[in-house]
Amino acid sequence: MSEANAPIAILEVKDLVKSYGKVRAVDGISFAVREGSCFGILGPNGAGKTTAIEVIETIHDPDSGSILYRGEPVSRSFKENIGIQFQDTSLQEFLTVRETLQLFSKLYPSPRPMDEIIAACSLEEFIDRDNRKLSGGQRQRMLLGIALVNDPDLLFLDEPTTGLDPHARRNFWRLIQGIKAQGKTVILTTHYMDEAEFLCDDIIVMDHGHIIESGRPRELLLKHFGEAVIRLPEAAFPTGKAPGQGAALGCPAETEDGFVSLSCSDTDATLRELVSMGVPLGGISVERRNLDDLFLKLTGSGLD
Amino acid sequence: MKKFWAVFVARNLEFFRDRSTLIFNLVLPIALIFGFAFAFPGGGGTTYKIGTIGEAPAIGSPMDSAFLHYKYLQFVPYSSLEAPLDRLAHHQIDMVIDFTKGEYYVNESSANGYVLERMLAPSSFGLAVAGPPQGGSAFAKKTVSGAPIRYVDWFIPGVIGINILFGSLSGVGFVIVRYRRNGVLKRFKATPLRAFEFVGAQVMSRFFIVAFISVLIFTGTDLVLHFRMAGSWALLALVNALAILCMIALGLVFASRIKSEEVAGGIMNLITWPMMILSGVFFSLEGTPAAMQAASRAFPITYYIEASRAIMLDGAGLAQIAGDLGALAAMTAVFLAAAAFLFKWE
Repeated sequence: MSEANAPIAILEVKDLVKSYGKVRAVDGISFAVREGSCFGILGPNGAGKTTAIEVIETIHDPDSGSILYRGEPVSRSFKENIGIQFQDTSLQEFLTVRETLQLFSKLYPSPRPMDEIIAACSLEEFIDRDNRKLSGGQRQRMLLGIALVNDPDLLFLDEPTTGLDPHARRNFWRLIQGIKAQGKTVILTTHYMDEAEFLCDDIIVMDHGHIIESGRPRELLLKHFGEAVIRLPEAAFPTGKAPGQGAALGCPAETEDGFVSLSCSDTDATLRELVSMGVPLGGISVERRNLDDLFLKLTGSGLD
Repeated sequence: MKKFWAVFVARNLEFFRDRSTLIFNLVLPIALIFGFAFAFPGGGGTTYKIGTIGEAPAIGSPMDSAFLHYKYLQFVPYSSLEAPLDRLAHHQIDMVIDFTKGEYYVNESSANGYVLERMLAPSSFGLAVAGPPQGGSAFAKKTVSGAPIRYVDWFIPGVIGINILFGSLSGVGFVIVRYRRNGVLKRFKATPLRAFEFVGAQVMSRFFIVAFISVLIFTGTDLVLHFRMAGSWALLALVNALAILCMIALGLVFASRIKSEEVAGGIMNLITWPMMILSGVFFSLEGTPAAMQAASRAFPITYYIEASRAIMLDGAGLAQIAGDLGALAAMTAVFLAAAAFLFKWE
């Protein structure tokens, strides 16, 4: 895509630095977020993703660097245009979900109608319940509702599904997809790679305050692993011949725990070649690598 | 104003729906008042208290008397007669001796005054009703009259003061520290709400709550105990309002940065215990060491109790309590300025 036709970035972060004492939690990161997209920030604990997102949200001041919202440096009115769901937050107690939403609605000049928020976040069944008496999934939906009270253009979600059961996570993903469908831009940090793959259009991977990789999830997986990984027992290949045969197939080969893994860009063609080479296919498996594998490859350690 | 009102209402709902806190805020002070009312139906002290005007005779001088050196007699010097005579009339002291005029005063309806007068009898001691033993002019007896002030009448401003102290410090200080620690403040910081709007709403909410609880405690116990009220209700309300603001402002100062409830608890103890002991809540500071009296001037509750007692017991007007009001106003201004300077969301 030519630069002239590139979508306008709703948010640009340039050379952002934030230190706590001698620790550089965020060390010169730069990226741009396309309007209407879901942008994922991935990384292990301590990678600096929460610090980065909270500096962008103007909760903390950066040491240096700039944050541009629609091409302009962020100002006080920025808070009126964004919605935030923190990783961990508490609310005033003894209020119902409805009263909590009303409280936050009144803090903004042009709040979204309450009924729309209730519908968008599926809050109907517990709208008049004490906000302390919600399940994990219900609480996250209420917090999402709070983040939406001002009808924001840009929504920050910091690990919104951590601790939720698979069913609640899936429900939450559907809500986020619905928000995206309304043209909202979402910036999401997450530990869950399946979540990032399912929701995110673009990602950055952070480690030790740096961005170590960025791009679209599918493209990054293709770049690093090819289309798929074909695993065969090591015994299927003549002793010591697996790397050479892998190279002949155009697939880098790795041997581990008695299996040979071939990273292939064209699964069909590779399978046909293996058959023609007379490689026995007993015990074969075809796997798709995920972002967790990508992170392992990039950093040498898994996501925790 | 919409934002301020939203936070104000939310905080009030949070307080009034928390039944255990509400009950604790009401039950403890009421139990304290009734407890002291039944424990001390009359005066609270056990020693005899004698107000003096002028210099007492030097030890060994012709006018000296064993009476002046007896244990359990407390001599409280005054600069003029008006104050001690008023206190004598209300049985808050037991006798007044004016060394400059050679006169002594007793309240004829006071049992303690009667006993003290017998101690002064010529058969027992030198400084006597009939005059000093070795010549010297006689001390003339004068009397005053007046009903005694019960200990509970004297004590009630102290209880309300304690309620204001704890209600304000814990209700603002502790709550803001808790909000800071558990992330409520961070959540508000992420909105367009400004710090002064949030703090202002907390202050006014707590002002409303403490004032409401104080009125409830006072009127509820007054129905049974019928407190003495010699002065103006409006003036008493003004003193209470200023005291509540002052304590809330003090609570804001110590809540401006602290992140831990444990630290807040320690600091609160550090502030409240000296205030309770040294501000004349439970006993009069008259006759206490000068250093203790000087220390008491550092605490806002001292001025509140002083002014409230003056209004309720002595019928003091604005002019008489202007000094206390001024001290409370000045402290409020200093605390608010310090809190505004120091406050941080996180």
